[in-house]
Amino acid sequence: MIKVEHLVKKYGERYAVNDISFEVRKGEIVGFLGPNGAGKTTTLNILTGYLSSTSGKAMIDGLDILEHPMEVKKKIGFLPEQPPLYLDMTVREYLNFIYDLRKCKLNRKEHIGEIIKVVKLEGTENRMIKNLSKGYRQRTGIAGAIVGNPEVIIFDEPTNGLDPKQIIDIRNLIKELGKDHTVILSTHILSEVKSICDRILIINDGKIVADQITGDINKDFHGNKRLSVRIDGPSASILAEIKRIPGVVYARVGAEYADGSSSFLLESKNEVDIRKPLFYMLAKNSWPILAMEFPGASLEDVFISVVDDTEKLENVKNDKKGGNRK
Amino acid sequence: MIAIYKREMRSYFTSPIGYIFVALFMAVSAWFFMSYTLQAGESSNFGTYFQMILVLFIAILPLLTMKLMSEERKLKTEQLILTGPVTLAGLVMAKFLAAFSVFAGAFLLSSFIYYIPLTLYGNPSPVIYFCCVFAVLLGGAAFIAMGVFVSALTENQFISAFGTMAMIVPFLFASSLNSYINNELVRTILSGISITARYTSFAAGIFDWAALLYYVSLCGIFLFLTVRVLEKRRWA
Repeated sequence: MIKVEHLVKKYGERYAVNDISFEVRKGEIVGFLGPNGAGKTTTLNILTGYLSSTSGKAMIDGLDILEHPMEVKKKIGFLPEQPPLYLDMTVREYLNFIYDLRKCKLNRKEHIGEIIKVVKLEGTENRMIKNLSKGYRQRTGIAGAIVGNPEVIIFDEPTNGLDPKQIIDIRNLIKELGKDHTVILSTHILSEVKSICDRILIINDGKIVADQITGDINKDFHGNKRLSVRIDGPSASILAEIKRIPGVVYARVGAEYADGSSSFLLESKNEVDIRKPLFYMLAKNSWPILAMEFPGASLEDVFISVVDDTEKLENVKNDKKGGNRK
Repeated sequence: MIAIYKREMRSYFTSPIGYIFVALFMAVSAWFFMSYTLQAGESSNFGTYFQMILVLFIAILPLLTMKLMSEERKLKTEQLILTGPVTLAGLVMAKFLAAFSVFAGAFLLSSFIYYIPLTLYGNPSPVIYFCCVFAVLLGGAAFIAMGVFVSALTENQFISAFGTMAMIVPFLFASSLNSYINNELVRTILSGISITARYTSFAAGIFDWAALLYYVSLCGIFLFLTVRVLEKRRWA
């Protein structure tokens, strides 16, 4: 449905998007995850035809956005980071305006009535948008994005700045929409992606650093198992001991606490359970365990591991080059 | 394009701006008409009146154009329109036509009303009168095109309004500078860009095709530049 090939966007000398390629199949809900400034919004803006790419291709349903902008734009509903609302219009007028703008062929009254119902805007449809709360404005934005029943819906940080109740509502709504639309959702909140998306694309520094099925996100990106332990004792010696346990492939100190304890992040081979040997080793040394959990990888952790890996890889490449030169 | 035109027209009259424009225009033009035509006892000489109207538009046309593009950009609604199936040219044209409709509506209405006392108490030439009306319409259209262009350059409505005024002034007063300049080339250029110089032939009752072409191309150039500005922003 959506196909992006070697997309590049340069602002001056800076790469906002640097050679991104990915594909989204029909009916998928894909999460676009990354820290602020990673290039999420830029990529989405290119996909929707708001910006042009420096090079590369973005195609929707086989049509290039630059070559067939009119057809492609009809297929996409877009909710930008800041919902594009005309404050001097009522919700219904606004939806009618978008209906006209997108030259919809559906039955106007029925279609807009249905959208108001789906997005739960009943009762506010005749209020001015400027008098609506942030949650309702966001809903109005979503309503606007689905006018004309576009095949692809793109949401850029749709739950930004909402309260927890509204966030849950909006997430449920997006999930609902995902049943019969292809959805791309950009966010920097991992739990959001986990609760809504089938697949996740992690973008950092203008590059895609991971492409995963959401269920796999708890595993490390190499299929390693992760464990987070808080232990009371000297962190350096503990770390050294941990690394000696068979099956541990990676270990580092996460944080050091004021009470003298530290948290450790471990990775072990998927088939090995290191909890027991870890316990015996710590007991032998009288280092009490204060907490232990399998972390649902936090975005930070995922990031650190993914970005670390990319950097490591580049270092290796550079070393090799250096070696050849010698 | 029609959707944007309709929205723009609606927004003029759901906000005070449309009413302020029409009220200001009606009040000041009535006062000009009184003092330059009626009280002067020159029922058949309305050239000065229309020339004053053209000057008046420096002050009040930016009211109509200042928010056209700049507000869309500020509210980010630009993103809605530009990601919708609308061409940039269609967008710019719709905005231009909306502002032009309000301006033309108010101006034509006043022109027809003022024609009544002229015919009742005097003997005006309808040809000259409506040639003047036509010339002012064209001049106004050119000013609006400039306003659309300037409003695409900024997010700030004040800058947009004052920028438009600053842009119109040289076009309007270029020819009055002529008498101070002794260089033939500069004078040719100045009268070449002057809107007033074109206006005089209409005021004499001559339908000047060259002038028509001048006004239309002035509109065309500025609307084209607006499209280019929007286009460039996508690629920047």
